[in-house]
Amino acid sequence: MADRLYELTAHELSDLIKSKQASAVEVAQSFVDRIDAVDERVKSYVTTTPELAIEQAKAVDDAIAHGEELGPLAGVPGAIKDNMNTRGVLTTCSSKILYNYKPIYNAAVVDRLATERVVTVGKTNLDEFAMGSSTENSGFFVTHNPWNLDKVPGGSSGGSAAAVAADECAFALGSDTGGSIRQPASFCGVVGMKPTYGRVSRYGLIAFASSLDQIGPLTKDVTDCALVMNAISGKDPCDATSLDVPVPDFTKSLVDNVKGLKIGVPKEFFAQGTDPDVEKAVREAIELLTSLGAEYKDTSMRSAGYGLPVYYIIAPAECSSNLARFDGVRYGLRSKDSSDVISMFNKTREEGFGAEVKQRIMIGTYALSAGYYDAYYLKAQKVRTLLRGEFEKAFEEFDVLITPTSPTVAFGIGELADDPFAMKLADVCTIPVNLAGIPAISLPCGYKNGLPIGLQIMAKGLDEETLLRVAYTFEQHTDYHKNKPKL
Amino acid sequence: MRLSKEDIESVAYLSRLELAEEEKEKLTGHINRLLDNFQMLQEIDTQDVEPTSHVIPVFNVFREDVARPSLPADEVISNGPQVDEHCFVVPKVVET
Repeated sequence: MADRLYELTAHELSDLIKSKQASAVEVAQSFVDRIDAVDERVKSYVTTTPELAIEQAKAVDDAIAHGEELGPLAGVPGAIKDNMNTRGVLTTCSSKILYNYKPIYNAAVVDRLATERVVTVGKTNLDEFAMGSSTENSGFFVTHNPWNLDKVPGGSSGGSAAAVAADECAFALGSDTGGSIRQPASFCGVVGMKPTYGRVSRYGLIAFASSLDQIGPLTKDVTDCALVMNAISGKDPCDATSLDVPVPDFTKSLVDNVKGLKIGVPKEFFAQGTDPDVEKAVREAIELLTSLGAEYKDTSMRSAGYGLPVYYIIAPAECSSNLARFDGVRYGLRSKDSSDVISMFNKTREEGFGAEVKQRIMIGTYALSAGYYDAYYLKAQKVRTLLRGEFEKAFEEFDVLITPTSPTVAFGIGELADDPFAMKLADVCTIPVNLAGIPAISLPCGYKNGLPIGLQIMAKGLDEETLLRVAYTFEQHTDYHKNKPKL
Repeated sequence: MRLSKEDIESVAYLSRLELAEEEKEKLTGHINRLLDNFQMLQEIDTQDVEPTSHVIPVFNVFREDVARPSLPADEVISNGPQVDEHCFVVPKVVET
């Protein structure tokens, strides 16, 4: 079989495996070799599982030999962000506090991928506990952008995005709390979707901010995005917030047609700090869709401009509560030099958490503390209501809203390390989506200095189908998804 | 509202974090900068606006009260830094 199997998309690999032009083991071996060849430079993975991958691939080949009916992802190598539980396989959240944690159960999405007979090649690096926009906050090492190794891959799912872009997996799962799938997808030139809140079970996703977190796919094209969405979506009795609604066959949305589509372009998402070349690429993408029969109109969403402060109150508040469980008692690190139980908690957390995580726990604890709750947390929740209302109103008029995914292309490693505010601006266009709970997708729409630019498309709650249709149409008329970084 | 180093120490204690001196300094400046930024929310009139704690209309999700197998105790404690006879061992909590 052809070499470079690792360059193919999930659906192309699936076709080869099903038609027996390539065995699942050959495919898995191709990705294992690819990881060996490039991961020393890209550093996408915290843990790789080559033996497991080959074993799973053998089982797929056996099933095919026995004539079993298999789904479209059978034998396709995927990667999983290291904040999703994988039974018996290290799950660290890229934090020293979980350096040795081996879960005793699988996250719901991991089980679903196993049911689809996906081959898992490894666990990808992230900003510690998914807190960050560059993967520089990983407690272990920095991941490099495959398009330019001196640049960040974005974050927090930077390992997943880099692994897909560098052909170290056919697709990956990420999690998105304020842009953590879409922004790294944008920086690495791949497709990333944050589904509607509740579309995908969060059971076994190590929680950061529970009202915002959502798992979704990072893929090489829109077709693969639909296939992975089919595999992971749906009600799960173990996650009370997963929605009990029918899951459509998302591949039916892969239709090249945007005639009559109404596009809104909210000006607040092109605010100060937006790179003119990014804006130009996004405007050109909108023009392309218009030339294919869509209509667009500029619009305004005033409270979207308040997304950052709302997010930086709500997310830390929820994280300060969620991360209370890391105390050195049941798993992970325990400080060795403690005498009583309180100093054990305090020293364990001091040694185990990195600076960004500590800072967010502190902000959240403060925002929730007696006397300040109303001024910060309650106020932020109320502005969140206004923001949701503005999205609802916008979607009465428009089918989709289109914006940049991030105001800039990937920045340099270390470039913004001392300017946390500039770093947070990288998420200014993605955060409102999480606050409103709606779905959004990022796909490549251009380049600046050889670095990919991301186009963000948003739709109303549970309307991933329209996102996929618009993204698919755009992809059919462009070649960005076919370009690959030179490694 | 600006936080002093003492405020930071008290929030750190509530957060169960034992911060080094230089961390305290750094966090004080940083958190104050963020709090200044949060002030922009006061520009927005939120009188009579209900807070959003969750975006989806799902409440009280129940299931049938049917017993299911639990995780085996051996596995549950397998990640514990210090365990003994199916228990997590911690420093003494209650004075005798």
